[in-house]
Amino acid sequence: MSVVTEEYDVVIVGAGHAGCEAALASARLGLQTIMFTVSVDSIALMPCNPNIGGSSKGHLVRELDALGGEMGKNIDKTFIQSRMLNTSKGPAVHSLRAQADKQDYSRAMRKTLENTENLTIRQAEVAELIVEDGKIAGVKTFSKAEYRAKAVVLATGTYLKARCIYGDVCNYTGPNGLQAANHLSDSLVENGIPIRRFKTGTPARVDKRSIDFSKMQEQKGDTPIVPFSFSTDPATVQKEQVSCWLTYTSEETHKIIRDNIDRSPLFSGAIEGTGPRYCPSIEDKVVKFPDKPRHQIFVEPEGNYTNEMYLSGMSSSLPEDVQYAMYRTLPGLENVKIVRNAYAIEYDCINANDIKASLEFKSISGLFAAGQINGSSGYEEAAVQGFMAGVNAARKVQGKEPIILDRSQAYIGVLIDDLVTKENTEPYRMMTSRAEYRLLLRQDNADLRLTAIGHEIGLVSDERYEYVERKKQIIAEEVARIKQIPLGANKRTQEIVERYGSSPLNTGMTLDELIRRPELDYEKLKELDPEYKNLPQDIVDQINIEIKYEGYIVRQQKQVENFKRVERRKLSEDIDYKSISGLRIEAGQKLDKFKPLSIGQASRISGVSPADIAVLLVYLSKEGK
Amino acid sequence: MLNQTETIAAIATAMNNSGIGIIRVSGSDSFDIIKKIFKPAREKDMSAVGSHTVHYGTIMDGETVVDEVLVLIMKGPHTYTREDTVEIDCHGGMYVLNKTLELVLKNGARAAEPGEFTKRAFLNGRIDLSQAEAVIDVINAENDFALSSALTQLKGSVSEKIKRERAILLEQIAYIEAALDDPEHIEMEGYGSTLLPIVRQCESDIDELLATANDGRIIKEGIKTVILGKPNVGKSSLLNALLGQDRAIVTDIAGTTRDALEESLRLNDVTLNIIDTAGIRNTDDIIEKIGVDKAKDYAQEADLVVFVVDTSRPLDDDDFEILNIIKDKKAIALFNKTDLALAADLDLIKARLNSVPVIETSITENVGLDLFAKTVREMFYNKEINFNDQVYITNARQKSALLSAKEALRKATESIEMDMPEDFYTIDLMDAYTYLGSVIGEAIEDDLADEIFAKFCMGK
Repeated sequence: MSVVTEEYDVVIVGAGHAGCEAALASARLGLQTIMFTVSVDSIALMPCNPNIGGSSKGHLVRELDALGGEMGKNIDKTFIQSRMLNTSKGPAVHSLRAQADKQDYSRAMRKTLENTENLTIRQAEVAELIVEDGKIAGVKTFSKAEYRAKAVVLATGTYLKARCIYGDVCNYTGPNGLQAANHLSDSLVENGIPIRRFKTGTPARVDKRSIDFSKMQEQKGDTPIVPFSFSTDPATVQKEQVSCWLTYTSEETHKIIRDNIDRSPLFSGAIEGTGPRYCPSIEDKVVKFPDKPRHQIFVEPEGNYTNEMYLSGMSSSLPEDVQYAMYRTLPGLENVKIVRNAYAIEYDCINANDIKASLEFKSISGLFAAGQINGSSGYEEAAVQGFMAGVNAARKVQGKEPIILDRSQAYIGVLIDDLVTKENTEPYRMMTSRAEYRLLLRQDNADLRLTAIGHEIGLVSDERYEYVERKKQIIAEEVARIKQIPLGANKRTQEIVERYGSSPLNTGMTLDELIRRPELDYEKLKELDPEYKNLPQDIVDQINIEIKYEGYIVRQQKQVENFKRVERRKLSEDIDYKSISGLRIEAGQKLDKFKPLSIGQASRISGVSPADIAVLLVYLSKEGK
Repeated sequence: MLNQTETIAAIATAMNNSGIGIIRVSGSDSFDIIKKIFKPAREKDMSAVGSHTVHYGTIMDGETVVDEVLVLIMKGPHTYTREDTVEIDCHGGMYVLNKTLELVLKNGARAAEPGEFTKRAFLNGRIDLSQAEAVIDVINAENDFALSSALTQLKGSVSEKIKRERAILLEQIAYIEAALDDPEHIEMEGYGSTLLPIVRQCESDIDELLATANDGRIIKEGIKTVILGKPNVGKSSLLNALLGQDRAIVTDIAGTTRDALEESLRLNDVTLNIIDTAGIRNTDDIIEKIGVDKAKDYAQEADLVVFVVDTSRPLDDDDFEILNIIKDKKAIALFNKTDLALAADLDLIKARLNSVPVIETSITENVGLDLFAKTVREMFYNKEINFNDQVYITNARQKSALLSAKEALRKATESIEMDMPEDFYTIDLMDAYTYLGSVIGEAIEDDLADEIFAKFCMGK
């Protein structure tokens, strides 16, 4: 029997948010890349919420953009509303979120992919891995075609043995009724990769014409609009925006849910997968928080060319009739018509403890995994992993060391370190509280933090790199200069200070000390600065942040120094932990399983104590490593 | 975590009753710290002195002299740990030894973990490779020990209290973090004013804990005892009687004891660290006056004040001055010299002693001392006492963690008062939470995420 056989450098399995970034990174680095999808029409599909960004996720998108990823640029082209969240809070938790026109988003990404050199798109279900001598050698499709490759990235999302469920209805499909991938997980198991089952869910989509918006609160977008991508000119994204709408559940809603809870597959046991606690279904919320009299529900448009609206906050797997009844208790939704039912989806994924921080499998060389298959959730979490996996797959083929971001460099580093090091028993979502150095890892300085790394990888142009280096230099010089400007407690100073309701100076101080006051800033005090320069807003923002929060920033920088010391002490993959005397048995087993890259990573593995780390350090010194 | 860059300090000599001890400080800030607290007898720049040199002078707490010491300056890498090292040779006994260590900690060092000097010595390549296995054993043993002793010591109320404080802090952190993560569902406007009293309460609870930590110290290290009384009432005689030796100079001339003497002694199975002070007396003699002020200071920090009254002399203002000093302190009053004719109006003083136990003694005749010992024991212990020289380290570590937690809460309070954005509060609150955790040996792990998901209904 003759079959199609082709050869590539890198195979990407999946064309969701992880697959797209992986394919683009690999192809742009010059590697012959092929991307598989069960449906070319569903490239970069947003099967759940219609937005990109939000708290901490916005950080991920900005970081990805600085490194040379696509998501930020793509949402800048296709958003229909944009808001900066948490603006009344500190700069570390400001977060950009945009509503996408889902179809536009998907189309724009597809256009980019289709016009990328070295990239082939293929509609087919990848059914089997070809593994030779512990190394990946390619994949086979369901039709038995063979695609030989030196590296493979699995970005299968929620498609592996997917099952969509509401009430007693169960469809063996992926999201949105798309074909599931029913064979690849068996191949993973055959190759010694354990599989587990996670679950997530989505609310109903309803017809805009059946909604009475007069009973809801309108939520408009920001003006001016801040783009996601550092390379998008803000002037090009100022446009007409559509609104989102806020309504609430009531006791009536909750009663309907409680009365029908036995019909929910989540409570009847029909769903066995573990769902995320941070994104509970409405029935979960009602059961777990019985004292809450109401829950907020945001009604969000799915795009400019559709009447479908997304009911954010009300995902469910209750039966169809209960869905109708409960949605219709919400003010404005009394006569609502459902276009698509809410459902829960269950899927196969791996335990990310089986992969390294480079996202390569520990047991199969050249095989990488990214996105929901790793037990994460969210478009943004998927995209950044896809990018890192694509970059590292390409580098593997090129014989280069992988790029690994650590916890002090990026949310991406925190995300991947958490996934591969900690025991995650539910889909993982990024949160700002997971980043211990979040004051340094702001969305506003992602370019300053990561452009150089993107340039080193080869996905950021020289011009962009030089621009950011110049920006860094200007900020540093300007901050240093301001610290040298003495101000007397004279009449002129007091006048200017009082103009902004700030208390008069008792003694002379330097300009930076005055800028530190909450009610004052760099621009307001320009009259006191003999050499005041009219700098671009993004640079002024950085100067203000660096001066105003200096105390905290310096503290976190010191913590980072300590963190780096242990992070720099590398551990070789071939250490036989079980043979190290003095190490407790449990710790030995854990270390053996995880094969941590550094002492720092080892110290974060649960079950490894500070005493075990001391023993490891002793061992390292003894071995002269 | 392994913070090898930090400067660490500990009492290097075993805790015993000798009253002499060495404090070892190791790390890059060692010389800066000694510069801040040590005043050399002859004016010199301590940062310019040669390596491996010894300097005589005084440890100063601000303007107050703590102890006369010898300081040994040793520059890395020719030291045990290969880091810059300072050793302070103290002579003033347990009280000043502890006081000096606290000063070192206050000025930037962290209390060393058990075995940490050895660990650094090894990691910095100081110890021969052949000793590696031995070091492993030491580290393991000491870690286990530190943990178990920390836990035994804290079993019961203290540990429960810390857990409660942590739960309160975690709930606040989780609320703020949940609101930051899900700003559209969880409202946080003006939360600082809700948070402020909670943080303040935590701060004062930690103060109480610090006092409780003192109780733990009492069990392990002995009762810090100060003998007060106006001149020549029999204070030094009491000390000598308890010690069974002539340590303090005893004369009949009022004002003989000008400086504080400190002795550790075992009274049955109770350890007393006794400071004998210059007789409290309003005096014009400058040198003696310093002694008197110091006595008052010591009394403030003492666990127990023994107030000696001479019943053979009429009461005067000096006696009542002492009554003021011992107000709010644990105290025992000894009505001494009962072998002589009574001249004092004892009812007058008894009326003002409230619940302070009174024991009639004749120290020179050895009358009443048994009752004194029994009273002390009943005042402080109901439980079995065991003395172990490692325990102080654990204590200092715990105390230093509690102080750090308190400091973090203070910073949080400051941020709230300065009206900083809410996300800054949690940075300090999380620090406090972590420090409290280290007191009872609990790590953070994923407490926060669990708390957020359990307590707050997140959106989407």
